[in-house]
Amino acid sequence: MQAEPVPGADRREFLKKSCVASCLGLAALGTPAVVGTRVFLDPLTRSKTAETFVKVTTLATLPEDGTPVQFPVLADRRDAWTKFTQVPIGAVFLQRLPADKLLALSVVCPHAGCFVDYDEEKQGFLCPCHNSLFTKDGGLKDEQSPSPRPLDTLEVELRNKSEVWVRFQDFQLGIKEKQPVA
Amino acid sequence: MIKRVLAWVDERTGLGRFAEAFLFQNLPGGSRWRYVWGTLVLYVFALQAVTGFFLWTAYSPSTQTAWESVQFIQNEMTGGWLLRGLHHFGAQAFVVVLVLHLLQMVIYGVYRAPREVNFWLVLLLLPLAIAMSATGWLLPYDQHGFWASRVPIGIMGVTPVLGPWLQKIAMGGSSVGHHTLTHFLALHAGLLPLGVALLLGTHYYLNRRHGFADVPKDCGCPDEKYFPAQFFKDAAACLAVLVVLLGFVLAPLWNNPAAAPGVMLGAPADPSEQYSAARPEWFMLFLFQFLKYFPGGTEVWGAMVIPGFVMTVIALMPFVAKWKHGHRFNLLFLGTLTVGALTLTRLAMVEDSTDETYLAAKAKDRSSSERMRQLVGERGIPPSGGATLLRDDPFTQGPKLFAKNCASCHRFDGHDGTGHRPLNTYAVRAGDTWSTVAEFRFLKSEQLHELNKGMNGRELKTGDQITVYARPWAPDLKGFASREWLAGLLDPARVDGPHYFGGTKFKDGKMVKWVKKNATSENADGLKKVIAALSAEAKLKSQASADKADAELIKQGRALLTGELACTDCHSFGKKDPDATGPDLTGYGSRAWLVRFISNPNHADFYGKRNDRMPAFADKQILDAKSIGLLADWLRGDWYEPPKPARK
Repeated sequence: MQAEPVPGADRREFLKKSCVASCLGLAALGTPAVVGTRVFLDPLTRSKTAETFVKVTTLATLPEDGTPVQFPVLADRRDAWTKFTQVPIGAVFLQRLPADKLLALSVVCPHAGCFVDYDEEKQGFLCPCHNSLFTKDGGLKDEQSPSPRPLDTLEVELRNKSEVWVRFQDFQLGIKEKQPVA
Repeated sequence: MIKRVLAWVDERTGLGRFAEAFLFQNLPGGSRWRYVWGTLVLYVFALQAVTGFFLWTAYSPSTQTAWESVQFIQNEMTGGWLLRGLHHFGAQAFVVVLVLHLLQMVIYGVYRAPREVNFWLVLLLLPLAIAMSATGWLLPYDQHGFWASRVPIGIMGVTPVLGPWLQKIAMGGSSVGHHTLTHFLALHAGLLPLGVALLLGTHYYLNRRHGFADVPKDCGCPDEKYFPAQFFKDAAACLAVLVVLLGFVLAPLWNNPAAAPGVMLGAPADPSEQYSAARPEWFMLFLFQFLKYFPGGTEVWGAMVIPGFVMTVIALMPFVAKWKHGHRFNLLFLGTLTVGALTLTRLAMVEDSTDETYLAAKAKDRSSSERMRQLVGERGIPPSGGATLLRDDPFTQGPKLFAKNCASCHRFDGHDGTGHRPLNTYAVRAGDTWSTVAEFRFLKSEQLHELNKGMNGRELKTGDQITVYARPWAPDLKGFASREWLAGLLDPARVDGPHYFGGTKFKDGKMVKWVKKNATSENADGLKKVIAALSAEAKLKSQASADKADAELIKQGRALLTGELACTDCHSFGKKDPDATGPDLTGYGSRAWLVRFISNPNHADFYGKRNDRMPAFADKQILDAKSIGLLADWLRGDWYEPPKPARK
C-alpha cells in the first residue's frame, strides 16, 4: 500500500473484480434458472394436435323445426402424460337449417368462456355468467352484450347422408376477431 | 445451569438479545386494539400455511386424482373436513383482514411518512392474496372450481399483446388439464406464499422499526412494553378470528347434524357438463358484476385499466395526504370505493337470487355432489377418475338422455325427465280458438291463458304467435311396465288419453278397441291377474317383493294371457308367433326387452311396419349401446340407492 498509486488503478481493479465476481455468481444462479424456465415455457412451443373432423351425431337426432340441440364432442385427446380415448373435449349446438343445411355453433361464450344455454322462450342463447344474449343463428342480439363477437360457428359436414361431423376448435376469448387458439 | 446454556446460545447467535428487543419493545402511548391488524394478517397467513401444508400432504394434482384426493381428505381421512373447512374460510379471512388492515391504515393516517413503504406492502399483498384464492379454487377440481376458473383465465387472455401467451403458460397448454393443476399448485403452495411471506415479513419488520403509530404527545397515556400488554391484545384477536372461522365450519353441522360435515365438494369437473352457476369468490363479486356493464371488446377497461387506475390512486395516497385536504380526499375516495363495491356485490347477489338458471345449476350441483358421495361409497373410485361414476349412473344420465332423445314425443310424469314441461311456439291458423288449440294438446284453455298472460285472454287471430306446452305424441313412461302403469293402459277411460295412446296413431287402433270392449268390470278380476303376470315379466326392482308374494296370482294371470283373455291373438307370449301384430309380451319391460325395443321398434317382435314415429335408436346410430342401457335402467328405476336407515 506504500507504493505510488497509479491514479484510478484501484478503481479499475475494483470494477474488474466486481464484474468478474458478479458474472460468476450470475452464471451459477442463472444456469439452473434458465433450464427451469425453458421447461416451464414448454407449452408455448408445443404445437397442438391437429383438429380433425369428428362424428358428433346423426341427422335423425336433430329436430326438423330447427331447434338447437347440444351435443358433447368426443375425441381422443392427449393431456400431458395421459392419452384419453373418446372423451368429451367440448360441446356444440347443432341445428337444422332449411334445405338440409346444418349450423354448428360452439357453446363457449366468446366473452369469458362460460357455456351458453338455449332459451326456448327468448328463441336465442343466453350466457349465464355476464348475460350476453345471442340470436338463434348465433348473432349478437344486443349491442350492449359483454361478448365482443357472435357465437363461433364450427365447420360441419354431412357424411354418408346421415352422419354429422364437426371440426371442433377453441377460439381466443374476449377479442372481436374469431381466432383459433394456437 | 439453564441460564448458562441460554447465555451461551445468546453469545453465539444473538437470539436472546433479539428476542428481548422484540418482546419488550417500548410502545409510546401504550398498547392499542387497533394495532392488532398487522398481527392478524400474519396470523391468518400462518393458519393458511399450516392447514395448507397438511392438505398438500394428501393432495394429488392431476385431472384423475385432484377431485378424488380431495374427496378422500374430505370424507375419509379423520378430521379432513375440518382441515379443509378451516383452509377454505381462512382464505376468505385473509382477504378480509388484509382489506380491513388497509382501511384502518388510511383512516388513522398511518400511511404518512415514514410509513409509506409499509402501506405499499399491504397494498401489494392484496393482488397476491387474490391470486392465492383464484389458484386455490381450481385445485379441488370440482365443477365449480373448474368453471369458475375459466373466467379469470379467459380474462388473462385479453391482456394486450401478451394475453394468449400468458394464458397458455398459466394453463400449461391450450386447455385446462394436468399441467394447469400442477402449475396452479406450484403457484398456490410455492411461489405466491413465498411472495406473501417476504412482503409480510418486511411489513412487520418495518412496523416495529417505525413504531405502530405516532401518538399525540398530550394523550396522557403511559408507555407500555409490547409484552405482555400488546401481546395479549394480539393473541386475543387471533383467537377471536379462529373462533369465527370454526363457527363458519361448524355452524352447518349445528343446524343439521346429519349432513355431511364441512365445506361442500361439488361434483368432479367435467368439461362437457354445463355448469351455469360459475361465480368468483364473494369478495370478487363486485368485479364480476362490474364486468357485466362493459360491452364486447371493452372488458379490458373493466378488468384491467380501471382497477389498475384505482390501485395507483391508492398507492399515491401517502403523497396526496400531504396536501391540505389530502387526507380527507383519501377517506372520501376509499369510502366511495367501498360503497360502490358493496353496491355491486349486492346487485350481483340479488340478480342471482332470482335467476332460475343459476339456482337450478346450484341445486343440480348439490344433488350431483350428494349422488357422488353415494356412488363413491358404493362402488369406489375407478382409476379413470370420479367423473366416470356419474357418466355411468342411470339416475344422473337417464333424465338428460330422456329429455334430449325421448321428450319430443314421450313424457315422464308429465315432464321431460328433468322436470321441465316442453314448450313450443305455435303460429295460430284460421279457425283456431283457445279451446281447440288447448284440446289438441290435452290441455285446458286456462293453462294456455296462463302461459300467454300478455294477451289478456283476447280472441286468437290468424298468425298470432302463442306459447304452448308441446303435445305429447307418445305414452308417458313414468313407471313403465309397473302394475299401476299397466292398469292405466287397460283402463278404457285412459287408454286413448294423453298418458297412453291418445297422441299416437294407435288412438283408434286394435288395442284401444279391445280395451274399450273387454276391460269391463266383469273382467276386473282377470285383468288384475293379467296385469300382475305381465308386470312380473319386467322384473322391476320396485316390485320385487310384490312379484314374489303374488306368485299364485301371476301363475293364473299367465294362463289368462294365453287363454281366456286371448292376448296371444295379437301378441306373442312365451313362444314366437309369426302372425303376431302387437309387441312381443315375453319379458315385457325387462331390461333386455326395453334395450331391444329402443334399439329398433321396427323389429317384427315389436311394432314392425306398423311402428308410429319412434326412431330405431341403435340402428340409426342416434344413441350408442351404453346410452340405451342407461335409459332402460333409468326407465325401469334400476340404479344404486343407498340403504335407507343410513341417512335421512
